[in-house]
Amino acid sequence: MKIHIQNGRVIDPMNARDEVTDLFIAAGKIVGIGQPPADFHANRTLDASGLIVCPGLIDLSVRLREPGYEYKATLESEMLAAAAGGITSLACPPDTDPPLDEPGLVEMLKFRAKNLPGPRVYPLGALTQKLEGKQITEMAELTEAGCRAFTQADAPMTDTNVLLRAMEYAATFGFSLWLRPQDVSLAHGGVAHDGAVASRLGLPGIPALAETVALATILQLARETGARIHLMRLSTRDGIAMVRAAKAQGLAVSCDVAATHVHLSENDLVGFDSNLHLCPPLRSLRDRDAIREALRDGSIDALCSDHTPVDEDEKQVPFGESAPGASGVELLLPLTLKWAREMGVPLMRALDLISWKPAQILGVVGGNLSLGSCADICIFDEHADWVVTSKSLYSQSDNTPFLNHPMQGRVRYTVIDGHLDFESAR
Amino acid sequence: MNLQLTEDGKLHHLLTLDGLPRAILTQILDTAESFMDVGEREVKKVPLLRGKSIFNLFFEPSTRTRTTFEIAAKRLSADVVNLNISTSSQSKGEAILDTVDNLSAMHADMFIVRHSQSGAAHFIARHVAPHISVVNAGDGRHAHPTQGLLDMFTIRRYKGAFHNLTVAIVGDVLHSRVARSQIHALTTLGVPEVRVIGPKTLLPTGIEQMGVKVFHDMEAGLKGCDVVIMLRLQNERMKSARLPSSQEYFKFFGLTPEKLALAKPDAIVMHPGPMNRGVEIDSAVADGPQSVILPQVTYGIAVRMAVMAMLAGGTA
Amino acid sequence: MHASLPDATTLIGRLAEAIAPTLTADTYIVGIHTGGVWVAERLHALLKCTQPLGTLDISFYRDDFSRIGLHPQVKPSNLPFDLEGRSILLVDDVLHSGRTVRAAMNELFDYGRPAAIRLAVLIDRGGHELPIRPDFAGHVVDIPKHQNIILSRLDDGHLTLSLA
Repeated sequence: MKIHIQNGRVIDPMNARDEVTDLFIAAGKIVGIGQPPADFHANRTLDASGLIVCPGLIDLSVRLREPGYEYKATLESEMLAAAAGGITSLACPPDTDPPLDEPGLVEMLKFRAKNLPGPRVYPLGALTQKLEGKQITEMAELTEAGCRAFTQADAPMTDTNVLLRAMEYAATFGFSLWLRPQDVSLAHGGVAHDGAVASRLGLPGIPALAETVALATILQLARETGARIHLMRLSTRDGIAMVRAAKAQGLAVSCDVAATHVHLSENDLVGFDSNLHLCPPLRSLRDRDAIREALRDGSIDALCSDHTPVDEDEKQVPFGESAPGASGVELLLPLTLKWAREMGVPLMRALDLISWKPAQILGVVGGNLSLGSCADICIFDEHADWVVTSKSLYSQSDNTPFLNHPMQGRVRYTVIDGHLDFESAR
Repeated sequence: MNLQLTEDGKLHHLLTLDGLPRAILTQILDTAESFMDVGEREVKKVPLLRGKSIFNLFFEPSTRTRTTFEIAAKRLSADVVNLNISTSSQSKGEAILDTVDNLSAMHADMFIVRHSQSGAAHFIARHVAPHISVVNAGDGRHAHPTQGLLDMFTIRRYKGAFHNLTVAIVGDVLHSRVARSQIHALTTLGVPEVRVIGPKTLLPTGIEQMGVKVFHDMEAGLKGCDVVIMLRLQNERMKSARLPSSQEYFKFFGLTPEKLALAKPDAIVMHPGPMNRGVEIDSAVADGPQSVILPQVTYGIAVRMAVMAMLAGGTA
Repeated sequence: MHASLPDATTLIGRLAEAIAPTLTADTYIVGIHTGGVWVAERLHALLKCTQPLGTLDISFYRDDFSRIGLHPQVKPSNLPFDLEGRSILLVDDVLHSGRTVRAAMNELFDYGRPAAIRLAVLIDRGGHELPIRPDFAGHVVDIPKHQNIILSRLDDGHLTLSLA
């Protein structure tokens, strides 16, 4: 398949390219920029006039719900939804049923995903067996099976000793650990940020301390062990400040936030909408503003969707009984664009947070449009207005706090490995 | 946006007192006054809600609250059906919404809802058919609006007005839906000083933002109060890290005649019930001359009649 | 303004004259909120009635409740006597459909079983929808359906009738 992408505004943060030009794709690679190689005859020409052509998005957290939770979403539906969101690579957390804690499961998932159109799927291995936080997994075997990093996902790590040993073991091989800082006992029973809003609504709180206390432990252990740490889903101003300070001291840590947390805060909980029951909880406006600022100054390395399809039955209950999480794989791009518009951040910088930066964190191909690199490309209309509804989403689940909200920016084409895997219906 | 009010500003659901305008609170209290004598007539009911079906949907058991709603509904001539769902369908895995849909199909006009989860009444109100009203009879730690209203009714009866009062709410504010409703009502009705008194482990984060003054010392907090509201302390709090023992709690935060003497001489003592004598309140206070705890119960019926009457009318 | 509407005070005087011969020591006057109470107060004074005056707010007994809801300024009913076996003189300002009187009688019976109820109104304006007729009427007039007669009380306490 040879594709000619014509006349688009090509934005490639890694190469600092921002110009209207043509891209030429053959055999899964970018074979020409501006000029086609000799004897190039396109099978398909995509008119990208007025559109933006950027590296395919790389999402650091997309739950595909396989194996085990197919009733919430299937691999087919969520891979298609991801492609519709412009995503060409994704990291899949191991909190499936059973969890991704042995090589066979990882190989099966990779095999299933490979035979479907849609993004490259990079499984994250379980850090401990059954995610129970007790016995570490066969990390080296899992890495050979295709795991890019190891994580507990949202499962608690109660035993600090296990965390220390896991870091030491991972450091032995140079594996990355992706950790979500949340102290289990401080967060116990909570469903919302412990602040004035939760107090008013009578919702049990998760204090900001749950994040900072856990972060202090993780950062100290990381200093000691030299393990490569990526911190997932930061949510508090103080937590961000700690990571910023640790980076300034030379500690090799990276971190991400979920796109929901860039726009929403505890104040949005007032109607008890269970679609706003997220993990970590939506925090104060002060925290949200700190996230928005840290994305601008680079203290936060990447934005992800933290896509979590939840069955309708698990959201159609009172807030505190609902399952946490939001569907969001199709909202990562428009929510990133929204932030950039509101903060006056150039597109180049915004797209960096969802392409080149996460590619480096995940350590995978893609995330750039260099000549000769893999042809993972997202083509979108930054001005397209649309409304989030269960009909307008490809995902099987519509459990998003942005349901019925207007969005600006929509994907027109997604090219993955040189194939046109998604083309919008218009 | 406001789930509780119709477009022309009438009360349609009663879910929380948070955000309700003063005029509506006052109207409920005034209406309750007119219902006060119904219990003393030869026929203890008025035909106002004749033919209306009211369902007491209790997902959390409470005989006391359910009974007062039942009496209030019957005095309005409504048909009342009691459902204790904690013991029936919920254990069989029937979803709340299925229960609500089933009862709606039986032509319910009003649901009185009690649930252990904050926001449960909002959740149900968002899903019922437009002609059905929902009254929150207590949801988690969030709200207990009719209790808050009957407390305001009690205060107005004994103190006449709100604008010159100092009111203290003492005890486990953190877990108390009653306290939250009281605070919203007191501040809306213009009480210049609302105090909460308790150990730090029982006061919610950022409670000051609800317009109250925080005290951790009972003596300082009670000084000059016109109204002292004691909250019930659940026994299970003693098993958590929040309190060491009921004895120590009573010593520092229980209301005794000596501590009550620090409030104004004509201060009244209130309690939403049921009381834990010797834990949050001394019997000498509970049964003493300043206690208005029993009148609160009586007023509760008139207040609930007023709420049901206002909700049931004019929305068809 | 309707030129032919009579003066309220004159009408009350006329009404009192008509009632006086039938008044017994055991007659209790009960006015219906709000206009009926004003008239009842005057009659009570003019007739030098020694029994306490009763007032009724029929809001809880209205048959149009499910259509229009609860009146926002509902007042308590006040019947400071035992109705059982008593003779009641029910007083309202304007008799129209008769629904208010029906509601008032229903309410009275919830307080007890009176020996007799008689009805006195300032004006019977016609348009009856129920078999209810006044025993005493200060004035009888036929008013078109779309119009209302309103009794209002001025700041000086003077009662006046108007058409709206």
